[in-house]
Amino acid sequence: MRIHVNGKALDVAAATLGALLRELDYEDGALATALNRNFVRKTDRGKTPLKEGDTVEILVPRQGG
Amino acid sequence: MGVADTGADSLKLYGVEFSSRLLAGTAQFPSPAILSRAIAAAKVEVVTVSLRRESGGSRAGKSFWTLIRELGVRVLPNTAGCRSVKEAVTTAEMAREVFDTPWIKLEVIGEEDSLQPDVFGLVEAASILAREGFQVFPYTTEDLVAAEKLLGAGCEVLMPWGSPIGSGRGLNNPYALKSLRAHFPNVPLIVDAGIGAPSQAAAAMEMGFDAVLSNTAIARSGDPAKMARAFALAVEAGRLGYRAGLMHARDMAAPSTPVIGRAFGDLSRA
Repeated sequence: MRIHVNGKALDVAAATLGALLRELDYEDGALATALNRNFVRKTDRGKTPLKEGDTVEILVPRQGG
Repeated sequence: MGVADTGADSLKLYGVEFSSRLLAGTAQFPSPAILSRAIAAAKVEVVTVSLRRESGGSRAGKSFWTLIRELGVRVLPNTAGCRSVKEAVTTAEMAREVFDTPWIKLEVIGEEDSLQPDVFGLVEAASILAREGFQVFPYTTEDLVAAEKLLGAGCEVLMPWGSPIGSGRGLNNPYALKSLRAHFPNVPLIVDAGIGAPSQAAAAMEMGFDAVLSNTAIARSGDPAKMARAFALAVEAGRLGYRAGLMHARDMAAPSTPVIGRAFGDLSRA
């Protein structure tokens, strides 16, 4: 299945957002997710299905002004 | 009001009290160690942070977050770079989960060259976020009507710009900023963006603003820790001057030394 993660097209096997984080080697912890521009809570990632063409954002803490 | 009563002069933001009136951004520092030294040198109690993309397996985000937590400061996450209400609201929701705070410095940018806030989008986003339980710090212009609408949307703090982000131009519109201060005497107002020198921070504080947020001027200076300290001193000096009551400027000279009793006064025109 081809989806977009942080602006890049990727072919992934994960069926859910939670599985996607594991597949892409994201540590569980200080990160936040959005699917198709909508925020997905940490507790909802495992039950949030992915489909072809989805857009996922995975954000982490960074310096800011 | 005088110098002696400054001990009780704390800054209160959404019910939380702070002794420092200098807020600092955490971006653009030469290294994490220098950032830490600057925050400590200025005794800053609130720092801004953001959320950005990171590839899997990287540890940069985690190490930055660990550093900030070790500093023991309060974080104010931002929605920097957001160009729409939807982007800003989603980013705020993500930030609340990661940083575990209802505080959000809300930015909705409306123009590319000046990075001027889109005040229409800002009011809409602030209204949505306030209903969701956020405590919103909107990055806005000095516009009085926008300020009124932001307060109506549920904001209890406003962050008017001094001048465009990163420009170092200081207070571009002192008249409007004074007017904003006068219109909302009881609302915490933090001058954010464009402050390039400690003297400009002092000028904002002398106008009666409650605090100043600085990033680029500190982070990109030759010695960030020293500059952070300079900003802290300037903010304190400006605040003290405001509380002491500044004299009004006048067009003509007025001798400070008593005129009566001056020697040779009766002979000077002879």
